[in-house]
Amino acid sequence: MSDAMLYALAGAMLAGCGTYGLLTAGGALGRILGFNILGGGVFLIFGAVARRGAGAGLAADPVPQALVITGIVVAFCATALAVALLLRLKAADGAGEEEP
Amino acid sequence: MSLVFDALAGLLVAGAALAAVTAAAPRAAVIAFMGYGVLLGLAWARLAAPDVALTEIAIGSGISGIVLLRAAAGLPAVPPAANRALAAAISVAVALGLAALVLALPEPAPSRAADAAAALPATGLGNPVTGVLLAFRALDTLLEKIVLLLALVGVWALARDPLWRGRPEPLFAGAAPAPSAFLARVLVPIGVLVGAYLLWAGADAPGGAFQSGATLAAMGLLALMAGLAPLPRADDRRLRLVLLAGPFGLLAAGFLGWATAGAFLAFPPGFEKPVIKIVEIAITASIALTLILVVLGPPAGEERP
Repeated sequence: MSDAMLYALAGAMLAGCGTYGLLTAGGALGRILGFNILGGGVFLIFGAVARRGAGAGLAADPVPQALVITGIVVAFCATALAVALLLRLKAADGAGEEEP
Repeated sequence: MSLVFDALAGLLVAGAALAAVTAAAPRAAVIAFMGYGVLLGLAWARLAAPDVALTEIAIGSGISGIVLLRAAAGLPAVPPAANRALAAAISVAVALGLAALVLALPEPAPSRAADAAAALPATGLGNPVTGVLLAFRALDTLLEKIVLLLALVGVWALARDPLWRGRPEPLFAGAAPAPSAFLARVLVPIGVLVGAYLLWAGADAPGGAFQSGATLAAMGLLALMAGLAPLPRADDRRLRLVLLAGPFGLLAAGFLGWATAGAFLAFPPGFEKPVIKIVEIAITASIALTLILVVLGPPAGEERP
C-alpha cells in the first residue's frame, strides 16, 4: 500500500461524507458544505492519481495538479454564488427559513 | 512510519469532514469545514503537491470559510432530514464504490509528467504546475478567470435594484475592535509581501497567481474588517478595470500568440517568461479583487441619487 493509495481511499471516504451531507442536511448551508466535501474527495483522488504518475524527475504529474487548482477556484465560485443566493432568499423571506 | 502518518492524516481529514456534515449548528459545521480544509491541505502537501496545498488552504478553507461563516451567522439550526439510515447506506455505497475503483487503477499509472517535463524548458519556467496552468493548458485558466468574473456578476446581480451601484454591507457592524485594527496594521504589510513573493517565486517554486491572489485578498479583507480602507463601490471605474485586467490580459496575450507564434494562447518565442509573468501579474490583481468583492457580497448601501 503506497501513500498515494492511502490518500485515494481517504478521498473515497470524503466523497461518502459529502454525499451523506448532501442527502441529510436540513438547510441549504449544510448542502453547500456537503457539496464542497464531495468535491474535495474527488480532488483528493485526482491528487493520488497525480502522485502515482510521478516520473521524469517530477514528484507528481503536474497536469492533474493544475486541473485541481482550477477546480478548487471554480468550486469556490459556485460556493460563493450559492451563499449569496441563500442570503438573498433569507432576506426575501424575512423569517430566516430558506425553504418551505 | 510515514505510512502510519499518512493513514492518520487521511482519517483526520475524513473525521473533520464527518463533523462538518453532522454538526447541528451551522456555525459549528462551518468551523469544522475550515479545519477540514487545513487538514486536506496537509494531505496535499504529503502528495507532493505544494501548489495545490497552498490553494486549498487559502481558497478552499480560508476565503470559503469567511463566506460561509458570514452566511452561518444569521441561520437557525435546522434539524437533519428524516431518512438518515438510507442516506448513510447510500453514502457508504458511494465510498466503497470509489474505493474499489481506486484499488483497480491501472499499473503502471498513466502520466503526462514526462511530456510536461520535456516541454517545460521552452517556457522558461521552473515550476511544472505553473507551466501547465499558464502555457500548456492556458485555455482552462482563461475560462476559469471568466467563471470567477461570472460568479461576481452573479453575486452583484442579487443586489436590490436601487442599491446596485453602491457599497456592500460592512463585514463588521460598527467600529472594528482595537486588537483587530492593530492586527491589520501589523499583518497586512507582511501579508502583501508574502503575496508578492508567492507570485514572483511561482515561476520556479511552489506558488503562483491563485495562491498569491488569495493571500492578497485575505490581506485586503483584513484591512476592510479593521476599517483601514473604505468599502469599494460597485460602479467605480478603476475597480472594474482591475477586475477585467486578468481575463482580458490573458485574452490579449492569446491573440498576440496568433501574430507571433502562429497559435492562439502560444507565447512569443524567446519572450515566453516575460509575457507569462506580465499576464500573471494582471491575473493576480484580478483574482485578488474578485475574491474580495465576492466575499463582501452584493452592493447594499447608499441609495442611487
